[in-house]
Amino acid sequence: MKDENTYTSINKRKAVIRIKNLQKQFGDTVVLNNFNLEMYEDENLVLMGKSGSGKSVMIKCLVGLMEPDSGKIEVLNKDITKLERTEMDELRAEIGFLFQGSALYDSMTVRENLEFPLRHHTKRMNIKNTNKLVLEALESVGLAKTIDLMPEELSGGMQRRIALARALILKPKIILYDEPTTGLDPITAKEIIQLMTNIQKKYKTSSLIITHDVDCARVISDRMILLLEGTNYAEGTFKELSTSEDPKIQAFFK
Amino acid sequence: MTRNFPIAKNLYSFFTETGALSRFAGRFFKELFSRPFEFREFLRQCYQMGNKSLLLVGVTGFILGLVFTLQSRPTLEEFGASSWIPNMISISIVREIGPVIIALICAGRIGSSIGAELGSMKVTEQIDAMEVSGTNPFKFLVVTRILAATLMLPLLILFGDFIALIGSALVENIKGQVSFTLYFNQVFDALGFRDLLPATGKSFFFGFAIGLVGCFKGYNSSKGTAGVGRASNSAVVYTSMLLFIIDFIAVFLTELIYGT
Repeated sequence: MKDENTYTSINKRKAVIRIKNLQKQFGDTVVLNNFNLEMYEDENLVLMGKSGSGKSVMIKCLVGLMEPDSGKIEVLNKDITKLERTEMDELRAEIGFLFQGSALYDSMTVRENLEFPLRHHTKRMNIKNTNKLVLEALESVGLAKTIDLMPEELSGGMQRRIALARALILKPKIILYDEPTTGLDPITAKEIIQLMTNIQKKYKTSSLIITHDVDCARVISDRMILLLEGTNYAEGTFKELSTSEDPKIQAFFK
Repeated sequence: MTRNFPIAKNLYSFFTETGALSRFAGRFFKELFSRPFEFREFLRQCYQMGNKSLLLVGVTGFILGLVFTLQSRPTLEEFGASSWIPNMISISIVREIGPVIIALICAGRIGSSIGAELGSMKVTEQIDAMEVSGTNPFKFLVVTRILAATLMLPLLILFGDFIALIGSALVENIKGQVSFTLYFNQVFDALGFRDLLPATGKSFFFGFAIGLVGCFKGYNSSKGTAGVGRASNSAVVYTSMLLFIIDFIAVFLTELIYGT
């Protein structure tokens, strides 16, 4: 668990993600209502909220999978709502995304899954370099032996690790985790959390972690934002929030 | 308003769907000529659709030729016209029955598989993962599949037609003591460009329709496993209907160009 001094020092760092007054609604249902967020360099920011609170919608707006109704989203000082497709694709090379269900391409082997982002971002890369990067990414998640297996031959935890290796392969500056421990048994979930911590140390990435797993938030977070009814209800370190007397905040930690 | 009028509701959804399909086709042509070209994936799809459909198309074509000849023989024999069997069978198969039946078989084999594959990719966020990794999923998944189906269908249909004629020749050889050489001589005498060209031309459109509808249904499938099933099923139903409409237009145009 990180202490409060960490939080204070973080605020002096450069912001890598800046979201201002984000608004998104589907029909009459308002999912995000004036949502604001700032994430800093080398920070692990946890976004917690109950199901349907707009966490996944927010993260999809952040990578351009959904268009917000209004508001400003800046990633690495670029306003993503104003980027052309090619500019957005270039920016996406700086962002790794771990999907909730791993989202491995099931018609491709593990090697092909990892080569996929490389093929489209590194045009002049030769086979030797590609192999090296694939092996390096697989070794960082401890699964180098699975290189020629198909995703269906792997367990849920292994699939999540491979997905993490794929998110890492372009050495992104930011990694977005969408419910990284959902659907995993407690032991595998702990392994994934440990892996995320190691990766953050090794690659010096900034991480935005969407979760409702309190253990995950406790271990990994530098700072937390609690999302309630589409807006950021509370912000602070794990210690500050978990000891809050506000019943609405307490409900997140029970 | 449409809630109280089921016919109006159906018409509304039909036109909405047709509009969306047209926009999807428009996007295909726009993306087709823009870089990067996913050549490797295109070849993989050609192999998946072409090579892996050969057995199905071959067996269907063989039985088609066999049964068609067996059924026609007694009637033609009654009129003493059994020597016309190779001419009649070859023209029927090459012009109409071969392309339509094989396209329908391929709508089931290829269209449903595209619908199910893209539908499940959408449900499991694989399409989103592609987008996030900086690849245009429309180019990678849709353009390659539609193009492969458009180019593979004419080849599959030509192959199926040839196998159907072999089936027919076999029946003639056994029942009518007609040698294979004589049978195929008659077939090639009977067939001309006016038979082959329109049939090959329309088979490109059949392939395009199979690829387009399969991709459209899969790419726009709703969430959940039920959505995948619906995408696969409706891809086959809509494609089959579209094949007959294309066939009608092709026959009409052929009549206009070549006359009766």
